[in-house]
Amino acid sequence: MDFLRPASWEEALAAKAEHPTAVPIAGGTDVMVEINFDHRRPEYLLDLNRIADLTEWEVGEDTVRLGASVPYTRIMESLRGELPGLALASHTVASPQIRNRGGVGGNLGTASPAGDAHPALLAAGAEVEVESVRGSRLIPIDAFYTGVKRNALAADELIRAVHIKKADGPQQYSKVGTRNAMVIAVCAFGLALHPETRTVRTGIGSAAPTPVRAKAAEEFLNAALDEGGFWDNGKIITPSVAKQFADLCAASCNPIDDVRGTASYRRHAVGIMARRTLTWAWESYRGTAAATEGAA
Amino acid sequence: MSTPNGTPTKITQGSKTKGGIGESTLRPDGTLKVTGEFAYSSDMWHEDMLWGQILRSTVAHAEIVSIDTSEALALPGVYAVMTYDDLPTEVKNYGLEIQDTPVLAHGKVRHHGEPVAIVAADHPETARRAAAKIKVEYRELPVITDEASATAPDAILVHENRDDHHIGHVPHPNIVHRQPILRGDARQAAERADFVVKGEYTFGMQDQAFLGPESGLAVPDEDGGVHLYIATQWLHSDLRQIAPVLGLPERKVRMTLSGVGGAFGGREDLSMQIHACLLALRTGKPVKIVYNRFESFFGHVHRHPAKLYYEHGATREGKLTHVKCRIVLDGGAYASASPAVVGNASSLSIGPYVVDDVDIEAIALYTNNPPCGAMRGFGAVQACFAYEAQMDKLADAVGMDRVEFRQLNAMEQGTIMPTGQPVDSPAPVAELLRRVKAMPLPPEQQWLAAGEQADVRQLPGGLSNTTHGEGVVRGIGYAVGIKNVGFSEGFDDYSTAKVRMEVVGGEPVATVHTAMAEVGQGGVTVHAQIARTELGVTQVTIHPADTQVGSAGSTSASRQTYVTGGAVKNSCELVREKVLELGRRKFGSYHPAWATAELLLEGGKVVTDGGEVLADLADVLEGESVEVEAEWRHRPTEAFDLRTGQGFGHVQYSFAAHRAVVEVDTELGLVKVIELACAQDVGKALNPLSVIGQIQGGTTQGLGIAVMEEIIVDPKTAKVRNPSFTDYLIPTILDTPTIPVDVLELADDHAPYGLRGIGEAPTLSSTPAVLAAIRNATGLELNRTPVRPEHLTGTA
Repeated sequence: MDFLRPASWEEALAAKAEHPTAVPIAGGTDVMVEINFDHRRPEYLLDLNRIADLTEWEVGEDTVRLGASVPYTRIMESLRGELPGLALASHTVASPQIRNRGGVGGNLGTASPAGDAHPALLAAGAEVEVESVRGSRLIPIDAFYTGVKRNALAADELIRAVHIKKADGPQQYSKVGTRNAMVIAVCAFGLALHPETRTVRTGIGSAAPTPVRAKAAEEFLNAALDEGGFWDNGKIITPSVAKQFADLCAASCNPIDDVRGTASYRRHAVGIMARRTLTWAWESYRGTAAATEGAA
Repeated sequence: MSTPNGTPTKITQGSKTKGGIGESTLRPDGTLKVTGEFAYSSDMWHEDMLWGQILRSTVAHAEIVSIDTSEALALPGVYAVMTYDDLPTEVKNYGLEIQDTPVLAHGKVRHHGEPVAIVAADHPETARRAAAKIKVEYRELPVITDEASATAPDAILVHENRDDHHIGHVPHPNIVHRQPILRGDARQAAERADFVVKGEYTFGMQDQAFLGPESGLAVPDEDGGVHLYIATQWLHSDLRQIAPVLGLPERKVRMTLSGVGGAFGGREDLSMQIHACLLALRTGKPVKIVYNRFESFFGHVHRHPAKLYYEHGATREGKLTHVKCRIVLDGGAYASASPAVVGNASSLSIGPYVVDDVDIEAIALYTNNPPCGAMRGFGAVQACFAYEAQMDKLADAVGMDRVEFRQLNAMEQGTIMPTGQPVDSPAPVAELLRRVKAMPLPPEQQWLAAGEQADVRQLPGGLSNTTHGEGVVRGIGYAVGIKNVGFSEGFDDYSTAKVRMEVVGGEPVATVHTAMAEVGQGGVTVHAQIARTELGVTQVTIHPADTQVGSAGSTSASRQTYVTGGAVKNSCELVREKVLELGRRKFGSYHPAWATAELLLEGGKVVTDGGEVLADLADVLEGESVEVEAEWRHRPTEAFDLRTGQGFGHVQYSFAAHRAVVEVDTELGLVKVIELACAQDVGKALNPLSVIGQIQGGTTQGLGIAVMEEIIVDPKTAKVRNPSFTDYLIPTILDTPTIPVDVLELADDHAPYGLRGIGEAPTLSSTPAVLAAIRNATGLELNRTPVRPEHLTGTA
């Protein structure tokens, strides 16, 4: 195995163009596990740790440009206001040690349906900035996940950053694991209210071959909120609307049975999380909330 | 050859106080372990050493058609590849009781992950790649995975041609051992019952999950022997199994205990010991083998999963009338400790209660599932999970408070066990229950304590933010258990201690040398405390454990403080007699009390029982050293009758009770255990701090099997599906509740200092207490453990 250590982003792109099978490595929290267990033996490892730019972020007018290697710990500490959903998701990632190393770029690169960041990115709305020697492009998050552990990257492309919409309303994130910390998601759910566009977006993890949005549920809820004038009158979402939203979220799952949980449980749990996160977020939006975000 | 790096050295422990028994002296290895400086067996290194690797079967049950090692041997850096055909003697199997486990598979593999071949190479990665190049052709056989498939009329025999001592009394060759216990007349007694409850229970396969994986270093000796540095639970038991396979006399196999990273029963059986020695002797070089976590899941036996069938009856007044039960333990492919686990499961199957009429049967199966054997609690854990569920059901049927119902039926000193053996030391079962019940309950809705926002850390799901209180219901549950201490059923369960006293730097020092495996239980601390108490010294040196001294028996069965502690005490007493003799010879003429008074060693001096100082120990011992090596035994036990289960089978019992308080998210099926209060009788706490640590650790291990820990074996292929800490979950600190401990000290007059073995009892009652609390919160029946979210939400 050759270990490539580009000193700059341009060198990294050149190396990736020359060696399309090279596996990029930053925090190493996924890649090193695979290598240590001999599940994977890439010809080349492309170490991105010398590229300082990747661990930086910029807060713009409407979006946060989050470098691919910004560790989860930094997101929790510094971007709670702009990216509340992703900050909540970051809290659920593994252990403090892993959160100090791992970042969203790795989650996107691996594209596991169980990656903790995905539901938050889907709900917030995001674009993945990828680049190759051929040029740069932005891939909408909705088009990024293409299959189990597959994404829309070309062989010569690297993930440089993620552009995430700054929160314009309350966001929530819930994850079910079978212990209270350090656990891979059995399933996860992200929800973001977007009062500016009067829409609600969702993201579901570990309940389908890829991270997905519950589009039918979103459409139903958007229509129901609109119809009832809820965005303006700030009324409580009726239990029947919340229930139908939850049922539609559960129905948008396509889960499997595995050692972590049954398909039937995953569908059930997504429904519960959908109802709860909607309630929390909406209570927060109404401004009367007693308890909205999880106190972490 | 020279001594490898990372070999344990002598530890000398001083003490600013008297440092004797009853004090919470600190562990000499504690700081090293916490700061990462302790040398574990996996840290050992020897110049010029090779790395061993084991090739394991990828299928659970198959004939081996062929093994081709040529490509592996051709790999540069590979020094040896060995298969069954390369074993040096006619002894090719090992085993704790039944020698049914092949050192390397011969003709057939019987479980997923069975060792097939071994490799030595100059780099661990080379060894791993070489092993991967060995081609094994399997012809797969149907798998036997449960009682039905094991005992079907046309079932394939997991072991053909059995000739062990159990084959004569088992109903089928795929049953390792069967122990019935019949006392009174359960059928007739059932007619007196006003209430009868029945239940079927399932207990999942738990892993010991010790944090230091199996590892060791074998160094060839110049005399043709080998020196094995190893993390184990019982050096001499390993030795007896290793030497015949190597074709060496036991004196040529030297063994030294290296740093052990936990055991919990999982190191009672051999793992890589013989493999490392074979490769070292074959190559003439030191060979180190270290399992990774994945391999560790295949490299040691687990706790027996079990099916338990119970019937309990009680009168209207709440008195137990009878118990019928049948316990089916899955022993997996090899016997390991299964026969003894059967003995425990059957004899302790009704729990710490008075029942005169019982009909009990326990069996262990041979299957193609992973081999199961010793784990903390050893057969008593599975039974306790079931009988405590039954006691709750029956209390409800009678209409009594669940704790009062237990207290009404609780055994006490003098109660006769189902085996006919009287309980002849304190058995404060009702009192332990009273104590846990009397502890204050944690406040309700603690997640609201911090202010307006819910503190999710106090809720099920924790920082995963799944609830802010929605769906959360509190539950409370109680359980109590009984565990035997020491090896039972007539086993000659002795230990040996060598104790020396001499003057070093003008100060009397005692050296304690035993073969006791320190696996984290704190024996090294306790031995020093005993020596200080008995010999009146401050400085005690603990010699590394090795086979240069007689056997200490196993660090298991809650027995080491009792048995090796007893041996140290005994040898100290013999040393004291010799020291006093020496004193009489040297100074007897100076004071009449030398001849007439009861003399003690205290504060570095010889004193009379009236406190008068006769001499300094330093003067008595000047130019001399006094040393004694002696074996020590607890009172003997006897085997259980094979038809009736009657017999004086156990040495001592240990009791603990728990109260569990849980918060259950009833919609998501997530559980947070808020508190697990424990009361335990320890006889005498030799080191109170260590006692509390043991109780909290055992309690947490019991919590693990209640809500998360399970090795999942595919019932169609018998392959392990979750051999990693990613998917085999053990409690983290965020899953571990507050564990208030109430320690009771009622002396057992038969035991040294009146002590009781303590390590296992808390593991028993913790699990059923948590289950009872979850049932209390959800109203669900929950007949299996661990409980997973799908069981609480009807989505299994």
